Amino acid sequence: MFGKSQKAARLAETITDHTAIQGRSLWQDARNRFVRNKAAMASVFILGLIVLFTIIGPYFAVWNNEEIDWAVMGDVAGMGMPSIETGHYFGVDDLGRDLYSRVIQATTTSLLVGLIGAATALIVGTCYGIAAGYIGGRVDGVMMRFVDILLAIPATLVIILLLVVAGRSFFMLFIALGAVGWLTMARIVRGQTLTLKNREFIEAARAAGVSEFTIMYRHILPNLLGVVIVYASLLVPEMILTESFISFLGLGISEPYTSLGRLIAEGAGTMGYGTLWQLMYPLAFYVTIIITMFFIGDGLRDALDPKDR
Amino acid sequence: MLAYVIRRLLIAVPTILLLIVASFFLMHFAPGGPFTSERPLPPQVLANIEARYGLDQPLWKQLWDYLYNIVVHFDFGPSFKFKDRDVNDIIAQGFPISLTYGMLSFIVATLVGVSLGIAAAIRHNSWIDYFAVGLGIAAQALPNFIMGPILILTFTLWLGWLPGGGWNGGQWQYLIMPVIALATSYMGSIARITRSSMLEVLNSNFIRTARAKGLPTRTVIWRHALKPTLLPVVSYLGPVFVYVLTGSVFVDIYFSTGGLGQAYVGSALSRDYAVLLGVTILYGVLTVLVNLLTDLAYAWFDPKIRY
Repeated sequence: MFGKSQKAARLAETITDHTAIQGRSLWQDARNRFVRNKAAMASVFILGLIVLFTIIGPYFAVWNNEEIDWAVMGDVAGMGMPSIETGHYFGVDDLGRDLYSRVIQATTTSLLVGLIGAATALIVGTCYGIAAGYIGGRVDGVMMRFVDILLAIPATLVIILLLVVAGRSFFMLFIALGAVGWLTMARIVRGQTLTLKNREFIEAARAAGVSEFTIMYRHILPNLLGVVIVYASLLVPEMILTESFISFLGLGISEPYTSLGRLIAEGAGTMGYGTLWQLMYPLAFYVTIIITMFFIGDGLRDALDPKDR
Repeated sequence: MLAYVIRRLLIAVPTILLLIVASFFLMHFAPGGPFTSERPLPPQVLANIEARYGLDQPLWKQLWDYLYNIVVHFDFGPSFKFKDRDVNDIIAQGFPISLTYGMLSFIVATLVGVSLGIAAAIRHNSWIDYFAVGLGIAAQALPNFIMGPILILTFTLWLGWLPGGGWNGGQWQYLIMPVIALATSYMGSIARITRSSMLEVLNSNFIRTARAKGLPTRTVIWRHALKPTLLPVVSYLGPVFVYVLTGSVFVDIYFSTGGLGQAYVGSALSRDYAVLLGVTILYGVLTVLVNLLTDLAYAWFDPKIRY
């Protein structure tokens, strides 16, 4: 009498697995690829910590960002050192203000600038690109020529010009950053739209009597999302960089607001007086944010656009 | 090819015109002119000053004069702040300085970046490869305004080897830090582009054929792989130029080199629109021309592209 061998039984079971195979969507695939990317996941974690720090950090602050600590003001290099006892965890800046609170404020500003600037660019660029690509023909030609012309002018100079002319303010900064950021986005979206609009499913939608606007919104836009997200994620650190550069020159955000670029500029101006922490804390935050954001952007690109490696 | 050159020129000319006209109108609709001060001037004095700078003319006449003077005489008009200088003087004084270290850092970054990238690709997964990749990543987080303070901290404050700023007729000690600060970031980018491009080329069929014929590695790389490798680098040179231009603004400020960037930021802060406009237009025109040149170089470089 031969008992069924266990191995054969197991094999049979594997072969006759009756559960239906769960289909995997593009987004699930992308998520799996992203989660497997160690550098990107570590970056998400670190960036998350920084964001958390900007939210929780203020509750631990002893001094707020505008108060001047008169006690240490006369001796910033000595008594203004980073220390737990005085409550200045990151030391004080040149005017005797608490650097810990200032760094939190600056990090929040820089992150906001990156996000809102990129979001503006994303919305404007996507709408413009879809319109140009979908309408096509002469309209497309004129619209893209306009973009070409604007792209030919150095973006930083345009931002500086806009800020000088319209006055320096938070609102204007976002407008100016968005005004130069959307151009490349529009180009990318237009190219994608051109390849999409002749595909069968668009033709099917049109044959079914779907209106042009609905086709753009319901059928083309979702298929663009991958490319748009990847580019937007790379745009965020670029916005932060540009803003920091302009703020470093003193042409960006002005007091009482501050950003990491401004703090780095202040720290760089006083590093000869033995107050190195004024440079190092903002610099560390800045470099960490930029590097993690680039890793996340790269991870997203690998995850959402597997052909393009 | 000729048709392509003409077509590109036809785009470049309206771009430059649009740049001039747009900046001109921006300047005129800006609140607070160069002559508004806390103590208001008597109207007669203001009228005289405006007449002196041609601001009492109708707007279209001003625009026409401005355009005419730029195109025909290459004259950007007088500065609003410095009474005895015009914009051309300011440009003539600062631009050669910015150009000197700008060109130097351009050459250094391209040469070092390309060599590093090629070395990294040839010795794939060696220490030099990791160094190039690391520099490529660091490049994104170490733009000029981060490199500047780090360099001064290291070489001036700690080691005391180099002067912390100034120009001194362009002596080499004064050039080193501006050039490194400006070059590092895009040197990393160029190294990264060259490396990935070279890796791709080395895996292609014609390189395998060249190797199979028994050519020595040196010949394979110099004769066959180098040219296609450099194509993406050539198309990156346009953005690099823009980077050097805007970066030079930082270098001029931070290292006090006396270049054009100082005048630019100074005029932006004091609302000296004439200087601001002049420098913006100069930089814009240069960018358009360099983009034109890189596109032509690309067309000439890549035999596959026919326009």
